[in-house]
Amino acid sequence: MYAQMIKTAGTGVKSPEEMTEEERKFQAHVDANEKVEPKDWMPDDYRATLIRQIGQHAHSEIVGQLPEGNWITRAPTLERKAILLAKVQDEAGHGLYLYCAAETLGISRDELTEDLLSGKMKYSSIFNYPTLTWADIGAVGWLVDGAAIMNQVPLQRTSFGPYSRAMIRICKEESFHQRQGYDIMMKMAKGSEAQKRMAQDALNRLWFPSLMMFGPSDKESVHSAQSMAWKIKINTNDELRQKFVDQTVPQVEYLGLTVPDETLSWNEERGHYDFAEPDWGEFFDVLKGNGPCNTDRLSARQEAWAEGKWVRDAMMAHARKKSAAQVAAE
Amino acid sequence: MKNEWPLWEVFIRGQHGMSHRHVGSLHAPDAEMAIKNARDVYTRRNEGVSIWVVEAKHIAASSPSDKGPLYEPSASKVYRHPTFFDIPEEVGAM
Repeated sequence: MYAQMIKTAGTGVKSPEEMTEEERKFQAHVDANEKVEPKDWMPDDYRATLIRQIGQHAHSEIVGQLPEGNWITRAPTLERKAILLAKVQDEAGHGLYLYCAAETLGISRDELTEDLLSGKMKYSSIFNYPTLTWADIGAVGWLVDGAAIMNQVPLQRTSFGPYSRAMIRICKEESFHQRQGYDIMMKMAKGSEAQKRMAQDALNRLWFPSLMMFGPSDKESVHSAQSMAWKIKINTNDELRQKFVDQTVPQVEYLGLTVPDETLSWNEERGHYDFAEPDWGEFFDVLKGNGPCNTDRLSARQEAWAEGKWVRDAMMAHARKKSAAQVAAE
Repeated sequence: MKNEWPLWEVFIRGQHGMSHRHVGSLHAPDAEMAIKNARDVYTRRNEGVSIWVVEAKHIAASSPSDKGPLYEPSASKVYRHPTFFDIPEEVGAM
């Protein structure tokens, strides 16, 4: 999931008796699967939570360009380079769709950017891991985008109209990302011994960080229950993680690779795979800023923002001058 | 000084003779850049053959609280739909 550990504003789900008239009407509207649009009345906590969630999602798309951008100049063929460029460009687009959705809630683009750069808002923990080899680019597309799709497909039905529309558009484009990643993995896994080792190594390093993308178990969380009642969260983290493992294990087998989890086994009774939880200590540590690449990622964004300032200002100055000249000519 | 690029709403006309449709928004310093950005952000997969952009502040929108007075009157006017009228089968297609 590209949005993790979103703190839901408020105190949990209210009973109809505790709600105000407006809140009752709002909840009935959401329960009827009708969309909430920016100008509609909405509870302050719904608005605040969505800004956090969509904002973090957008930041993840933007920061997510960095680990992959790292390989554009070193892609093994011109075709792979063109494909990777297109994928990274898509991620920029996804970030922009999501920023626009967040802005309809009354926060500005600059505020969102500044909150990312100051560390006030987070992005997904997964992007604090490095992409060390070309096989990592395959594994990122396959596993990271795969995990993102798991989360984004149900969010197409989310209650907030602009978020839902952004998700629909993103899901349409995302499937290319996962398939190009798996395509790289197939090539590597069926290649030379050295290539196969690289593929296995990428899977070893990215398996657990991918499982962390869904966030720790939240089935007992009152905050999560509130987000689900508002339909800005559709499944629990555990449900999505299970779904991801069930879908991915056969894909690993097809590649002839091994999931780096000795406890992994098919549970006939449950009809699901049993698997080991990721190391949540590591997860919280990465969120706190101590992952392998946190400093690199944030400083790359800060540098881009600071060094792009003169360009943004110059273009705005030019636009103002042009429009003043046009008014004078009329 | 606050120097945020203004917000533009983007409308795209697809290939099959449909009218321009709102697809989203973006920030740009002026109309020319808004069209260039819209091309990159919203037409990466042949989604369109024509782009309109309009600065968001120039769009006037109806208010959600007017939903009742604006749209309810048409709900009772079922005769505006062709299915309101029963035409005997022997008359043929109509």
